Amino acid sequence: MKNGFEAAVVGLAALLALMGAVFSRDAQFQAHAWVLFFVLVVSTVVLIRRVKFSPDNMAVSDTGKSEASGYMDGVIRYGVIATIFWGLAGFLVGVVIASQMAWPIVNIEPWFNFGRLRPLHTSAVIFAFGGNALIATSFYVVQRTSQARLFGGNLAWFVFWGYQLFIVMAATGYLLGITQSKEYAEPEWYVDIWLTIVWVSYLIVFAGTLVKRKEPHIYVANWFYLSFILTVAVLHLVNNAAIPVSFLGVKSYSLFSGVQDALTQWWYGHNAVGFFLTAGFLGMMYYFVPKQVNRPVYSYRLSIIHFWALIFLYIWAGPHHLHYTALPDWAQTLGMVFSIMLWMPSWGGMINGLMTLSGAWDKLRTDPIVRMMVISIAFYGMSTFEGPMMSIKSVNSLSHYTDWTIGHVHSGALGWNGMVTFAAIYYLVPKLWNREKLYSLRMVNWHVWLATLGIVVYASVMWVAGITQGLMWREYDDQGFLVNSFVETVSAIHPQYVMRTFGGLLYLSGALLMAYNVYRTIRGDNRKEVPMDAPAALSPAE
Amino acid sequence: MSGKEVDKFTGVETTGHEWDGIKELNNPLPRWWSWTFYATIVFAIGYVIYYPAIPLVSSVTQGISGITNRQIVEQDMKAANLAKSGMIAKIVSTDLEEIRTTDELFRFSVAGGKSLFKVYCSQCHGSGAQGALGYPNLNDDDWLWGGDIEAIYTTIKHGVRNDDDDDARISDMPAFGEDGILEPAVIKSIAHRVRELAGLDYDAKLANSGKEPFLENCADCHSESGTGDTELGAPNLTDAIWFYGKKPDEIIAQISKPRHGVMPAWGKRLGEASVKQLAVYIHSLGGGL
Repeated sequence: MKNGFEAAVVGLAALLALMGAVFSRDAQFQAHAWVLFFVLVVSTVVLIRRVKFSPDNMAVSDTGKSEASGYMDGVIRYGVIATIFWGLAGFLVGVVIASQMAWPIVNIEPWFNFGRLRPLHTSAVIFAFGGNALIATSFYVVQRTSQARLFGGNLAWFVFWGYQLFIVMAATGYLLGITQSKEYAEPEWYVDIWLTIVWVSYLIVFAGTLVKRKEPHIYVANWFYLSFILTVAVLHLVNNAAIPVSFLGVKSYSLFSGVQDALTQWWYGHNAVGFFLTAGFLGMMYYFVPKQVNRPVYSYRLSIIHFWALIFLYIWAGPHHLHYTALPDWAQTLGMVFSIMLWMPSWGGMINGLMTLSGAWDKLRTDPIVRMMVISIAFYGMSTFEGPMMSIKSVNSLSHYTDWTIGHVHSGALGWNGMVTFAAIYYLVPKLWNREKLYSLRMVNWHVWLATLGIVVYASVMWVAGITQGLMWREYDDQGFLVNSFVETVSAIHPQYVMRTFGGLLYLSGALLMAYNVYRTIRGDNRKEVPMDAPAALSPAE
Repeated sequence: MSGKEVDKFTGVETTGHEWDGIKELNNPLPRWWSWTFYATIVFAIGYVIYYPAIPLVSSVTQGISGITNRQIVEQDMKAANLAKSGMIAKIVSTDLEEIRTTDELFRFSVAGGKSLFKVYCSQCHGSGAQGALGYPNLNDDDWLWGGDIEAIYTTIKHGVRNDDDDDARISDMPAFGEDGILEPAVIKSIAHRVRELAGLDYDAKLANSGKEPFLENCADCHSESGTGDTELGAPNLTDAIWFYGKKPDEIIAQISKPRHGVMPAWGKRLGEASVKQLAVYIHSLGGGL
């Protein structure tokens, strides 16, 4: 009775959600419970339709195709699709909220105003797009580099679907106005508890696979993945420690208050960047770059040293988000110096990524996926230099609270995280669906340049906007009086806000091209096109 | 060691490990990388020695500089206040008309008033003091509570219709419609009479029948000719400036259920010198004598 047990459990959960809706203590919880009920009922129906009444030992896996390899790839295929789907959703919402900043009329009360869509955007790109990319690639990488099938059987499927449920609950919660108002940790207590269950399962699957590996050593990519999974679990548990007002209501109160709460939040927030967006994606880089360029990793020693330095130093850097606040001076000092010491450990990853290309630099001309990887690593290097620089207190006094920070975050997120994920997807899709090659490499090339142009536009206009804001806020006249009102500093950067929207549109259009390319690849199509390595028509004869 | 091969392209040994076809070169750490890393560590140690940094059991190391954020802010604020203190003292002790006519004091007050205005007033009155529907434009010469510098000063100091200041400007137009004082038809006719006084298009018949009720109900405050009274904060109805709109429906709405603006008493919040600077600045925009 394959799927029978699962269908029963999900059906029972749907019943509980229904009861939650009926006995809810507030309207928001009720609405959210209805959403959950609806999602679970649909899942139950889907599961029941897929129940197979054959004996278990004869069950045919629905992941048939690559079972020959012995690896569990079905869940990774779903993960790749989910990554692309949530990526498109996240980028689209990004373009919408960028438009809302430029043209306030685009705010649609109450569900689609900036305040609710903004966390939807950040969570969609970081946790839905980035998270799915990390889960899918880590499952792929840990199996290949351990020569072992994923540990825990269907637990991997639970991780995948459980994570999607978390995303849906988080996203619908934002639109309903449910938030504990902690940046990047907005979901309320009941969604947090669910994520904890899913995340611990993820840790079990990943660590269990490492334990049963057939290789003598653990590959560097897996160190990074493991540190990411472990640390995110700790961060999530501590920052979301809260007491709910009612077990049938949305509201909860944090265990921390005042500046302790702020520091806990930014210890979490900064390490979400450090371990989710840096360590996790470095794991991705350490596998897909050497595979794609077919060269050995540049330096084993560097990978050890920069790994340990990175994870040791990163965890202390959070207080730099609270410079010149009520946070005591000593904590600000430590936050700043640890951020500065992080510069080289971060760059260790960049060096190992870029230098792995030595002996294969010519592939930059012929392989747009390699091009994408190199651009990604270049943006990684830029933003990991910019970060320590912005943590210096005197720089921070100009940059803090301005759009410079937004520009910095996006050169990291769009440049580094986005591009390395796209490259990994382009690498994975033909392998996962047993296709000879991608539908179109030229389309990949278009994606590279659309995305790069989008990032460059976005980051540079945000630098200009941020520095303009910072300078206008601190402008005094010769009598010692402030010169600008806040609204004057906003209207001064309106042109940059419009251009930012345009940059986001370019990035989104690149991702749409990718979605089409992946769709045609999965269908097994091949576009008739001049190969990328064909000599250009006008080049002189040799 | 056996099992370690040499990479053909770079001539560097590998570590001998291999995962899914990925090998690792045994390159040393780049020297510039190591040295830059050491340099950041040395900088960090120096910074930690110089500034407050290490938490102890019940205190923290203060650093050899002993500099804290709070001290810096206090010093900066002190210096800024000291630089202004001479002028501020003069402004407090000088009467408004003299400030206005003394070049040095006037320029200081306009600069300070403009800055204060952007922080405290622009939210309602607009950053150019242009006002909005329900919020007076301060650039014109139409003043609800008087446009000479003393009147402006009083309005800013005590505010309008607030509960914080016993001397706040107060006036209360009756809700003629909502409280059933006048019939809707009468209110309509008064609205047309008002439009007649203002020189706008009006229905002659309605305006004529509105004359009498206007005199009975409105003229006490707005005067017989509709020119208003700044003592009572009663707007002039004959000019082109309309607080809540000039369409017949808008006028009817205001007579039936008037909206009343509120303004905080800034004297208590900002102090004498700031209120005086604001008064001089706003008077310089559109004030009269």
